[in-house]
Amino acid sequence: MQHIWGKGVLLHSSNLQTLFRIKRQMRKKRWITVTFVDKDGDEKIIKVPIGMSMLEAAHKNDVELEGACEGSLACSTCHVIVMDDDYYEKLPEPIDEENDMLDLAFGLTETSRLGCQVIAKPELDGIRLALPAATRNFAVDGHVPKPH
Amino acid sequence: MMMRCKSSGNHLWVQLRFFCNKSSYPLHICIVGSGPAGFYTADKLMKRFGQAKVNMLERLPTPFGLVRSGVAPDHPETKVVVNQFSRVAASDRFSLIGNVSLGKDVSVEDLRKLYHVVVFAYGAESDRELGIKGEDLKGVHSAREFVWWYNGHPDGLKLTLDLERTDTAVILGQGNVALDAARILLRPTEDLMQTDIAEHALAALRRSQVRKVFLVGRRGPVQAACTAKELREILGIKGLNVFVQEADLVTSPADMEEMKLNRSHKRVYELFTKAAMKSLSESVGNEKELHFVFFRAPSAILPCDDKVHVGGVSLEKTTLQGMMDAGQIINGQQLAVGTGVFEELACGLVLKSIGYKSKLVAGLPFDLKKGVIPNFQGRVLNDEAQNSKYEKGLYVVGWLKRGPTGIIGTNMICAEEVVESIAQDLEQGLLTSFLDVPGYFGLLELLQDKAIQFLSFDDWQKINQEEIRRGELKGKIREKIVRTEEQLEVARKVRV
Repeated sequence: MQHIWGKGVLLHSSNLQTLFRIKRQMRKKRWITVTFVDKDGDEKIIKVPIGMSMLEAAHKNDVELEGACEGSLACSTCHVIVMDDDYYEKLPEPIDEENDMLDLAFGLTETSRLGCQVIAKPELDGIRLALPAATRNFAVDGHVPKPH
Repeated sequence: MMMRCKSSGNHLWVQLRFFCNKSSYPLHICIVGSGPAGFYTADKLMKRFGQAKVNMLERLPTPFGLVRSGVAPDHPETKVVVNQFSRVAASDRFSLIGNVSLGKDVSVEDLRKLYHVVVFAYGAESDRELGIKGEDLKGVHSAREFVWWYNGHPDGLKLTLDLERTDTAVILGQGNVALDAARILLRPTEDLMQTDIAEHALAALRRSQVRKVFLVGRRGPVQAACTAKELREILGIKGLNVFVQEADLVTSPADMEEMKLNRSHKRVYELFTKAAMKSLSESVGNEKELHFVFFRAPSAILPCDDKVHVGGVSLEKTTLQGMMDAGQIINGQQLAVGTGVFEELACGLVLKSIGYKSKLVAGLPFDLKKGVIPNFQGRVLNDEAQNSKYEKGLYVVGWLKRGPTGIIGTNMICAEEVVESIAQDLEQGLLTSFLDVPGYFGLLELLQDKAIQFLSFDDWQKINQEEIRRGELKGKIREKIVRTEEQLEVARKVRV
């Protein structure tokens, strides 16, 4: 049994191991911070493990992001808007199948992505994602026919 | 107004519960229709009003509307949304009332007396008419009925479809429904064997002689109503030669404007361009053909020699106008105008895929031109000029509100708007929330009096499990039970 005095605390060897593990994890950045902003402007800051999609993270944290097709690129209900251009640039290009779904997303913007396709990685730490707002936009005689 | 008097010790408590606008009974809501519009509305209503109870009427024994009977069998990922709807249905504040039809079993007036709020979400079960000669010839069907037929909708059984008397089908329309119909007609049946396609349809498709399909649109590739996913898919089907004429790809300044405004149209046009290049270079060895025909409007459907069956379609060449004038945009879209030049396309089967239309129901106003219930942000408008502009407590959502456009997810946004309107109206005391309406138990009584047996969501689960079980025996994800009598039998078999 080894005893080491560290920062005024008696460290047992097993405690030492725990401390070193935590320090390693923090250096490796096993999770990132993500802020979801809802349509009323209310913010929710959550921790997302590296490798998890924003959709899954939203569901685990009670953020109201729909995922009708459960991540199979067959809908656009997990549409999120990346609020800062520099974070948008850090994301890999959407594949054709994601773009096909984004074509139909309500309130599409230049920095829109599907939440199920945005995967947490260290460079995205601090990313802010807005949930698209519903607007009064349903004139039946609107001139652009929407497909079904 | 009711008063409750309680005495407690020396105190007399008087409760004046029903003066205040905000003080009210938990909302009893009835939603008519169990498709995406109905379910998204139920979900959002129950989240918004923590005490609200939702009853959902559905005329079929099975729920989910077009998710079950519209989405093509080879698109199972699109149907995953029923998991979400099933979670909504599992709430103890929710009850499905299946096998009960508005108009036939209950009236609008009945529902108004039983509930604080009624939301109509029964979609569009009819068709836009072409209004041309020959529409009633044998072998001319609406794509909607064809879709119901291959998806095992009980009403699809009425379709007398003959896929053996011809090798050529013409589909009028180029939206996703038209593409679905073409794909199901042309896909190798091996691709469909493990899906939930109706057994009778799979059998008929195996015997089908259809080898060539024409998808005919009045306007050009920039205006085509289909979307990239569906077009990409059909261009990639093995053994299928897809033809797009290079000449049809020429664009005008108005076309460029349209593509600038709408990225879906731009990407669809790019896919058509790719397809045109491919059809030039591809070897013609493939058995089946799909032709995209642009700038042609159907002027008549022609009989064949027996004068009873369809023999072809007469098409008028069109040109596009009306959007721009001297380089300025004056209208949202270009319109197809006839040029007086006609040609004939021979075929033995015609599917009309020019749009769905809602049906009117007694007791509700209806806009015959637009084919929707007249409304403002989901509040049903009054027919005649009365005290109020709106029909108290009546709302509409989904295709019945907006017209038959959009995808499943569009209803999510639509439902948000309607729930917001309901919340505003409740806040302003415009609902009968101060009345203790009978709700579910009142409806039960009414149905019992008429000896109508309804099905619950649990009953649907029995049908669901049986379909999955039958499917397993055949290597299919499910074997749909098509006849309502059989569905009712299965639902009633194991009654706890």
